[in-house]
Amino acid sequence: MGLDTLRLDWELARRGYARYAAYPAATIAGVFVNTVFGFMRAFILLALFEQRDHIAGYDASATVTYVWLGQALIMTIYIFGWQDLALRIRSGDIAGDLIRPVHPLRASLAFDLGRALYHAIYRGLPPLLVGALVFRLVLPADPLEWLAFVISVGLAIVVSYGFRAIYNIVAFWTTDHRGAMFLGAVAVNLFSGFIVPVAFFPDWLAALAHATPFPSMVQLPIDIFIGRATGGEVLGTLAVQLVWAVVLLVIAERLFAFGVRRLVVQGG
Amino acid sequence: MPLIELEGVAKDFVVHRSAGLLRRDRITVQAVRDLTFSVERGTILGYIGPNGAGKSTTVKMLTGILVPTAGRVSVGGLVPWDERIALARRIGVMFGQRVQLWWDLPLVDSLELLRHMYRVPADRYRHTLASLREALELDPFIRTPVRQLSLGQRIRGELAAAMLHDPEILFLDEPTIGLDVVAKQRVREFLIRANRERGVTVMLTTHDLADIERLCSRILIIDHGRLIYDGDVNALKERYGTERVLVVDLEEPQGPLEVEGGRVIKVEGPRQWIAFERARTNAAQLAAAVATRANLRDLTVEEPEIDDVVRRIYLETRP
Repeated sequence: MGLDTLRLDWELARRGYARYAAYPAATIAGVFVNTVFGFMRAFILLALFEQRDHIAGYDASATVTYVWLGQALIMTIYIFGWQDLALRIRSGDIAGDLIRPVHPLRASLAFDLGRALYHAIYRGLPPLLVGALVFRLVLPADPLEWLAFVISVGLAIVVSYGFRAIYNIVAFWTTDHRGAMFLGAVAVNLFSGFIVPVAFFPDWLAALAHATPFPSMVQLPIDIFIGRATGGEVLGTLAVQLVWAVVLLVIAERLFAFGVRRLVVQGG
Repeated sequence: MPLIELEGVAKDFVVHRSAGLLRRDRITVQAVRDLTFSVERGTILGYIGPNGAGKSTTVKMLTGILVPTAGRVSVGGLVPWDERIALARRIGVMFGQRVQLWWDLPLVDSLELLRHMYRVPADRYRHTLASLREALELDPFIRTPVRQLSLGQRIRGELAAAMLHDPEILFLDEPTIGLDVVAKQRVREFLIRANRERGVTVMLTTHDLADIERLCSRILIIDHGRLIYDGDVNALKERYGTERVLVVDLEEPQGPLEVEGGRVIKVEGPRQWIAFERARTNAAQLAAAVATRANLRDLTVEEPEIDDVVRRIYLETRP
């Protein structure tokens, strides 16, 4: 792995960014929807705080911050299902990727990082800014916390990519990959802490969620931002995300190799 | 040493067919059987045969995307499926019916990305791109997203993408499919130049007889997964392609005409198909002979289709 391959990653990421930047109307519409739903979710959760001041360690402003960060992460980590890779597998276009001197998953990850940067800036920041203008949000005080948050979001994107790749690779074995995509998206929605914070879950369900990679995609970056993880806990949180990123990428790579073997041995 | 070598290559596919509610039968389909041939550097090889003959399967085995069930394959001294990435740097592959460019990006962005994938040095890239832009006339649409290109433009873009890293061998699966006459001609001229000027070895599959006539120094014909012809185009035409068909529309239906040098192969109302050997007579003589026996309203001459040629060879070679 030399400078050449990093240069390729950079070039791919740039194009991933440019591909989404080409559709500003879609971006505006998406920001509008994400913002509207942000208000709905914020008011629903705030209603709970009329009865009490704290729920599972969250006060009202931590909860509202949680909501707007979640809205900002929707497209950044692609919560609602992704099928770019599955479509190439199903159509057979993947054969064209296999005759390139670069691993298709590596190329697609680099492309996705560029996409995620675009979505973080143009789909993530605007709803978050609206939320910050209307509500009192909890903001990290220390520049190091901001840095940790940015790193954590980066890791969340890689964890999410690994998981998305896995449910896309299923297309090597089924003619309809959408079932797997739907299940994958449901699992992310439920267990990542996107719908309600994992801390609101009953203990057994929270324990179950924390045994999966899903909180690494949404809950853990938010924990760093709103200060639920501090000091050494921040490093521990980042380490958990890093482990999940590596584990999921390795699983995706192995599954992809099996799928390619099936394709090349049995024919597509 | 030949650039491409196949020895006793076979490829079976197992397909499942539902037989009743829960049962599924396994059926083995032999896509390619006992294929043996070799290709020397600098050849433009036409690889032809009807649909489902095993053409694409062979190309996929040569490029490392399929592993044969039996036999030995060597491309540029490499075993394609074991050394796919090493081979990828030396070959250019284009599947006419697949999209290999990035769908949402301008063509030039795809070419830039491929430049980095294949690690083409900047100055060589500039030089190669300039000549590809000229030869394939890419300039009018090089900044257009691929999804907005016409088929002919996209194929030219795909060809440029396949040639960018100066491959020794080009594998082209139906490179002219769906193109209009002008676009076909442009692609053919480009391939001839690449072969003459850079010594690129080309293996192409096609259904188009004109592709073969204008391009190929050698052709292989396969049918039902078996090699049934290996030789040059002229020999093939002399042996199998000499029979043409005169189609005549008469004023009124009548029984099969008897004309010197021709034989009626089909009658459909007032229309009759008369096959004749180019060596023995010509269309004008035959038409004149027909006119003496019936009132002629219209006529056309049909050239042999490659599929017909293949069918005739197949019938002759069948055990």
